[in-house]
Amino acid sequence: MQPLRIPAWTLCSAAGDGQAATLEALRTRRSGLKPNDFGSAPLPTWAGRVLGLEEQPLPSQFADWDCRNNRLAWRGLQSDGFLEAVAATRERYGAERIAVVVGTSTSSIGASEEAYCRLAPDGGYPPDMRRSIIHTPHSLGDFVQHALQLRSVAVTVATACSSSAKVFAQAARLMQLGLADAAVVGGVDTLCGSVLFGFNSLELVSRQPCMPFDVDRCGISLGEAAGFALLVPEASAGPWFIGYGESSDAHHMSTPHPEGRGARLALDEVLRRAALEPHQVDYINLHGTASRKNDEVEAAAIAQLFPATTVASSTKGWTGHTLGAAGIVEAAITLLALEHAMLPGTLNTRSLDAVCGPQVRLDNVQQEARRALSLSFGFGGSNCALAFARSDVH
Amino acid sequence: MTVVVQGIAFWASRLPGWELAREVILGRQPAPATASPRPAPGLLAPTERRRAPDTVALALEVASRACAAAGVAAHELPSVFASTHGDLAISDYMCATLVSTPTLISPIKFHNSVHNAAAGYWSIGTGSHASYTALSAYHYTFAAGLLEAVTQVLCDERTVLYVAFDVEAKGPLATVSPSSGLLGTALVLAPAQYPGSHRLSLAQDVSDAPQLTHARSPAAAVVAQNVLANCLPLFEALALGSDAPATPTVLPLSQRSVLRVAVEVL
Repeated sequence: MQPLRIPAWTLCSAAGDGQAATLEALRTRRSGLKPNDFGSAPLPTWAGRVLGLEEQPLPSQFADWDCRNNRLAWRGLQSDGFLEAVAATRERYGAERIAVVVGTSTSSIGASEEAYCRLAPDGGYPPDMRRSIIHTPHSLGDFVQHALQLRSVAVTVATACSSSAKVFAQAARLMQLGLADAAVVGGVDTLCGSVLFGFNSLELVSRQPCMPFDVDRCGISLGEAAGFALLVPEASAGPWFIGYGESSDAHHMSTPHPEGRGARLALDEVLRRAALEPHQVDYINLHGTASRKNDEVEAAAIAQLFPATTVASSTKGWTGHTLGAAGIVEAAITLLALEHAMLPGTLNTRSLDAVCGPQVRLDNVQQEARRALSLSFGFGGSNCALAFARSDVH
Repeated sequence: MTVVVQGIAFWASRLPGWELAREVILGRQPAPATASPRPAPGLLAPTERRRAPDTVALALEVASRACAAAGVAAHELPSVFASTHGDLAISDYMCATLVSTPTLISPIKFHNSVHNAAAGYWSIGTGSHASYTALSAYHYTFAAGLLEAVTQVLCDERTVLYVAFDVEAKGPLATVSPSSGLLGTALVLAPAQYPGSHRLSLAQDVSDAPQLTHARSPAAAVVAQNVLANCLPLFEALALGSDAPATPTVLPLSQRSVLRVAVEVL
């Protein structure tokens, strides 16, 4: 594909607000995971909770969109000069020419959960929650479009944990056909009862901080996060988005294909679109959820395709699994790795599963990287792989 | 942007099939007075068919019918699944159960609660490793999904399945996200040089006061209470064929933009 520049990008997770804080957490190996205290009867697990959202309502002009998920979106937009970069792009191309494509898994379902907790005497929603826009998946895309004063197409992609990776592909297609001159991509997911108790019902939630690729891993730690990237055809600086690969497992709603068929198809496609050979990939940010099955299948796929010189890791020990935001959060971490020659290892993990090849690293690696991949796999067997290159490479 | 339509499917509670919907749109036949039971797609095993949420049953039915009408191998097609609200009955179940007995949430209901459940079951049922996506854009969902399907056809020069669906709201959620009955549509879209029944020429247009095409056939009242009802003008144009007005169908794409779709019979 025609490479696109990323002149601005940002992220906010339990590991930190913005690029600098996230990089510092990665360097010092400080996890954002804490014992879970979310909700009135918290599940005994660890979670990557972003602090302070309860005291940060949206500015009054956005009151209709106010809810935890959109608060986190707004907080995410504040860092790394992102709002200013979008404003400059809006000046250059016009608000009508900048698409919004964002991903989420549960969007603001937390607001609907809250409404059900305190229904009005007539059985309907309490008056303050009678805001239709926050009880539908597009709550996120609609808010981001309004917050950024953009007027082109705005779409919310919801393919579970691949959502905010697939947004890069959809935005690239819109730009390839001239339907947009630039695009804001990203994703936001917040902690809510649905995901905490839902993953608990599947017995996928760990009682301790997640240990991706550990031989004794015992499930995921949930997290919440926001992340955004601005895609433009040309800019004087910024890393490059150079390819994507999308595929389906066609196997099971909540278990990956046992031979990693879908993962391999996504990898083959991203390498083809980015015109890369496996040995040219310096770093891979893995999906690495710390579920038994995902890590087994993913590690085998990486060991099969890439040489020992490729460094691979999961950063979910820092952020938790941020579900629909995982794609953009890990894309942003991948960009940090490229720009700062700091390839994060894997946190909390003590002893790697034997299925892992030499690619999967526990310790951080201080090493130049020119090109990198980020992998995201979701429920329903939806896979997406993204390829990025350092500013000075293309 | 030009693509051809190779297969059309339409299923609404009182218009259960494209042939019937077409007759009602053309005023040749009245809509049935009563609603049909929800579809039971053959793609699912009998036990799954009973347990499947309405969204999955509906989406798989129209997807299968469109592929059959087009005579294409379903597993080869990438697909785009669009739904305004997803499965409102499952959202109601999740919210209500979280209030009463959160630790007793059904794992099957939970994995069926994802917005891409229908797309996931479709890829599993057809054995398709092609990519799918699942999206929402509130009142702009139908046109936003159509635009994504068309961009996939044009960027990758391949045939793409587009499925759009919304179901009935349940419980307290129905007071803020109202939607009645089932409404599902599917189109198999292919590059312009392929054979097909209709040619669609699409353009995005920015306008402060867009003049949208409103449904005007006898079918309009039958589906009006479903949140996806604004897809109907395109199906009216497809049904009317050469009798359709020369002006394109104008679908809402965002607050300030529209998708113009000119329909031509081949």
